[in-house]
Amino acid sequence: MNAELAIILIACLTAVACAIPGVFLVLRKMALISDAISHSILPGIVIGFFITEDLASPWLILLAAFSGIITVVLVEAIQKTGLVKEDTAIGLVFPALFSIGVLLIAIYANDIHLDTDAVLVGRLEYAAFDKLMIDHVSYGPKSMWTISITLAVTLALLFAFYKELKLSTFDVGLSSALGFSPVILHYGLMSIASVTTVVSFDAVGAILVVALMIAPAAAAYLLTTDLKKMIVLSVLFGIMSAIGGYYFALWLDASISGSITTVLGLIFLLVYLFAPTNGLIAVLFRQKRQRVEVSLLTFLLHLNNHDSIEERRVAHLQEHINWGKVRAKTVLELAQKNNMITMQGEVVALTNKGLKFTEKALDYIITNKDEQIEDMKDDFFLFRG
Amino acid sequence: MELTDFFTDYTLRTITLGTAVLGAICGMLGSFAVLRKQSLLGDAISHAALPGIALAFLFTGLKDSNVLLLGALISGFIGTVWIRGIVTKTHLKTDTALGLILSLFFGFGELVLSYLKKQPDANQAGLDKYLFGQAATLVQSDVIVMIIVTGISLVVMLLFWKEFKLLLFDKNYAMTLGFNTRFIDGLISFFIVLAIVIGLQTVGVVLMSAMLLAPAAAARQWTNSLGMMVILAAVFGAFSGVFGTGISASYNNLSTGPVIVLVAAVFVGVSFIFSPSRGVLFKQIRLIRNRRDLELKKTLYFMYGIVEKHEDISRPHSIKILNGFQGFTRGTLKALSDKSWITIKGQDWSLTEEGFQTAENLYNTNMPES
Repeated sequence: MNAELAIILIACLTAVACAIPGVFLVLRKMALISDAISHSILPGIVIGFFITEDLASPWLILLAAFSGIITVVLVEAIQKTGLVKEDTAIGLVFPALFSIGVLLIAIYANDIHLDTDAVLVGRLEYAAFDKLMIDHVSYGPKSMWTISITLAVTLALLFAFYKELKLSTFDVGLSSALGFSPVILHYGLMSIASVTTVVSFDAVGAILVVALMIAPAAAAYLLTTDLKKMIVLSVLFGIMSAIGGYYFALWLDASISGSITTVLGLIFLLVYLFAPTNGLIAVLFRQKRQRVEVSLLTFLLHLNNHDSIEERRVAHLQEHINWGKVRAKTVLELAQKNNMITMQGEVVALTNKGLKFTEKALDYIITNKDEQIEDMKDDFFLFRG
Repeated sequence: MELTDFFTDYTLRTITLGTAVLGAICGMLGSFAVLRKQSLLGDAISHAALPGIALAFLFTGLKDSNVLLLGALISGFIGTVWIRGIVTKTHLKTDTALGLILSLFFGFGELVLSYLKKQPDANQAGLDKYLFGQAATLVQSDVIVMIIVTGISLVVMLLFWKEFKLLLFDKNYAMTLGFNTRFIDGLISFFIVLAIVIGLQTVGVVLMSAMLLAPAAAARQWTNSLGMMVILAAVFGAFSGVFGTGISASYNNLSTGPVIVLVAAVFVGVSFIFSPSRGVLFKQIRLIRNRRDLELKKTLYFMYGIVEKHEDISRPHSIKILNGFQGFTRGTLKALSDKSWITIKGQDWSLTEEGFQTAENLYNTNMPES
């Protein structure tokens, strides 16, 4: 296997292994725990490295993953004392642990294969050359093995506990009432996240692993609310960014992991802007439309309230409801287009259809029951068409 | 290194002054971040500042710290705006938005840094110091900038003290009083971003958030008054800065960021444990004392139950009949007699008039602290 293919494969496997726990972290509002874990496994990795002298050793992975769990426990313990809020607890624990890791490297590990730069961004470039050797036979890059095994375990657990995970993510109360321990699922997820972070650490580093976990899931969450689709989409985004990032880095001659993150950022930006229902543009458009609809309703109600010709003059309406010229014109045109009003010169009158519509709206406002508005939604739909 | 070096060595004095000022402003503004539950916003902003530093160098080619920090300020500000955009316009939650901006901006910053490293002509060495901070690179002009920024933020904070306080504790009330909450909100956020940016050179993007949080979280444990908290946080921050720099300077120029953070973490740990009103230690002591007091009164009430049936309240009873009672020990008996609620004669006890009265009123009145 040549180095290029190996690097791409490692990047893709890492992206997929991170994306799956990432989906659940985002949905459970624990995205920042991944940040905390990714920083605070550092002392575990450094101490593990002193003992095993091998970054891909399973003992090191377990030790470091354990220090990730300790972080979670520590954050929860500090939170339980009630001295500070959860976010402050996270913000206090991980910088302290990370500092210990950085200082350990600086003091004891100056001339070995661990430096603070690699800690932050990893060294995907070299991952492909660190081969697994057994009896002088090469079995491919070490990190490919560790990541594949982690991914396989993650997938197996995902398929085995999909139902439980889904339930406890969306309804903790129901899932614990049904007998699935939320604590076990919580720590199970945290363990998977820790192990994945440790394994990905060598390739992409402490901070970029956070990007690989959160960004694909966040982008997918903007596109769908179906959990299965969300997982598939985030895996796809992860793979896309891994491959795209590799070639972008090649072209620019720059850090691969930095470029993967940048591609991820671009993907997220595109989704954030253009997602069909939850994207920024769609949201702004919808908010504008709703403003017009509310204005129209106000306008019709006002007409319904006042019979005198004086109150129904266009000029007066502008004053009375305090609209600008443009807005008044839009609303008038919309109402006319839908045959809600008739204009006799400057005087506006409700048509029969307009009257009925207004009464329905009033009914809804007074009773505030959802049934009243059900068919009105269709009426509004007419305006939009 | 001698202690007097701090006063005689010009470089060391500059650096120490710089980190002290930095710690003070971070503690001061960090108090607001902690109370607004925006602790992790600082983390996101400081990471988001990295591409600004890298791009400022890429475009200007200058390594002047003011130019780089201006870049950091701009990209930190863009990050803040985008976080707000994500939270208000989509259904993604704050934690996701913070994590996204933090990691995506940082990754992009790393990309630009690694690109700069490969450029043959650009003298980019030294930009790395912004990752973990290197206080040794502070020069007098940097310190002057820090002092000016601290002075401005101090003046603004004093001018808007009432508004800041109101917004912190009751935003809706501030709105109904007609304060422009968006402006005040923006003002606080702006100064927090500013504090983060001027700390980048000393503490670095990765650990800057802790510099903001730790002194404030420590100060919070000692007081319930905002003014006191801000002052204490500034003092803790300044001490962390000075001690951290001192330690890192005497150990072969370790990165200052991690050392300062660890010193600040010690302040937090000590405050969490030893603060008289909120600390874990005194809370535990109070808990044990209350439990003991409760046991004492339970025993007294049990005795009262026995005595009640007899006409003579001071009639002696055998100690043995108390043996099955939960919470009863020899110690309790002695404590009770010390309070002169009972008297002990040999193997018998008898309730005093005072003890009888106390037991009778145990559930009726609030007992005075004993």
